[in-house]
Amino acid sequence: MRLVVDLNRCQGYAQCAFLAPDVFAMHGEESLLYNPLAEEERHEEVARAVAACPVQAILVEADPSAEAPRTRPGGDR
Amino acid sequence: MSGDGSLDRLKRDGRIVVVGASLAGLRGAETLREEGFTGSLTMIGDEPYEPYDRPPLSKQILLGRATADHTLLPRRRAIDAEWRLGVPATGLDMAARRVRLGDGDEVEYDRLLIATGVRARPWPKEDEAELDGVFVLRTRDDAYALERSLAQSPRRVLVIGAGFTGSEIASACRERGIAVTVAERAAAPLVGALGGVIGAVAAELHHENGVDLRCGVMVTGLEGDSTGRVRTAHFSDGNSVEADVVVVALGATRNTEWLAGSGLGAGPRGIACDAGCRAFDIRGIVTDDIYVAGDVARSPHPLFGYQFLSLEHWGNAVSQAETAAHNMMSESADRRPHIWVPAFWSSQFGVNIKSVGVPTMGTEIVIAQGALNERRFTGVYGYQGRVIGAVTFDQSKWLQFYQQQIETTAPFPPPFPTVDRRLEGQHPRDADFPDPSVPTHGPTVTLSGYAPDDRRLTFTPARH
Repeated sequence: MRLVVDLNRCQGYAQCAFLAPDVFAMHGEESLLYNPLAEEERHEEVARAVAACPVQAILVEADPSAEAPRTRPGGDR
Repeated sequence: MSGDGSLDRLKRDGRIVVVGASLAGLRGAETLREEGFTGSLTMIGDEPYEPYDRPPLSKQILLGRATADHTLLPRRRAIDAEWRLGVPATGLDMAARRVRLGDGDEVEYDRLLIATGVRARPWPKEDEAELDGVFVLRTRDDAYALERSLAQSPRRVLVIGAGFTGSEIASACRERGIAVTVAERAAAPLVGALGGVIGAVAAELHHENGVDLRCGVMVTGLEGDSTGRVRTAHFSDGNSVEADVVVVALGATRNTEWLAGSGLGAGPRGIACDAGCRAFDIRGIVTDDIYVAGDVARSPHPLFGYQFLSLEHWGNAVSQAETAAHNMMSESADRRPHIWVPAFWSSQFGVNIKSVGVPTMGTEIVIAQGALNERRFTGVYGYQGRVIGAVTFDQSKWLQFYQQQIETTAPFPPPFPTVDRRLEGQHPRDADFPDPSVPTHGPTVTLSGYAPDDRRLTFTPARH
């Protein structure tokens, strides 16, 4: 499951690190380190972290089956 | 074109090409679909990968906490695009509305979004840059190669350049227990972006964490052994250091060469565009069909004297791409200006460094909260009696407040008493930026424009 944290928004409340410690971890007082490709079985914990984030900084891909890029050789149409 | 139905036709079955398949290109494409675009969408990217996130490359990835192929960006929605990945754009024909690709193909557009970003500035001496063990860090492949060599426990890593990327690399090395030397031409790390007062704190962070920091020196040459592997670096002060890994962190170069001769207003400082993200041509006339977003764009900002800002910032890429896409899908009266307040973060030596506004415009700094020697403080930058920027070390909760101060052109020094202020913070002092006429690789905000040396302009909004 792909995820990204908007670290401009993040203020280090660390709710995510409590709720999904296998995916999010504080690094020092305030910095957040996260696994940008979390395992699917962490889905529930991550969903809780997304909901609990006071600044709503976590974006998880809504549809896990979202299109893979398709490439068509030649022409653009 | 208002009311003549052309916008409806564009939305329904127009052809939009996005050059640059990274953060800005992806978020722009998603916004186009969000705004109801149902025509054909082509995404062109020189790297063979789907859009991925770059900030983790110098942090989680170098620490070995995640792998370089795991930072693909989550999608906000499906974009139903045709992807041309691993193929760079090599030319633009503005009259025929065609983008030329590296494989000889051509792609026609009705609207074009350029988000080609920047690339790492390479080591200037080509034969030395090609030595084994010499790296730059910008792409996923760069990060993969550098991490692999760090995992082999090199005896010493030399980082050339102590900007944000260089400092983060040095931090990751120390955390992995690897000996590091950092060579910086300026007097301290981060001075180009944050000035000498904060640079002194950054230098202490390096020292405390066991970095062999050499400031005020340039690396004059890299020397390899008989197998073509880097071995020694020579400094301008006559010293040298033995290193088996050298990381060149000398900032970035804008990817605009492919536009040479096209007639678009593109150059080494980026592509000039208006506040609505429409590109200028070389005559200074704004185009109707070419938009720019992300690191490659330079756009005028009303809060900062309408100077053209080039921002290598993650948040700017997202915001500018959204605005460009919205404007592409709007009649002129419905368009929005891109007036994002610059903001960035860096994580190094366990400290969270964040900033808002344009610190490099600041002439004075006051420590409004906390204390420099505690590595936990808020520094506020002043310019001509107003708040122009702020930086925090492990105090990011204050930034939002100072962003409002910047947006409302609040007076500097702040006239109000602040909590947790120490003696050293009582008086503004010289922010101590290096002479702007001396080039540095450090700043993440570059002030430029038609009169880059004219810093007298100020923006005074109506007060309510």
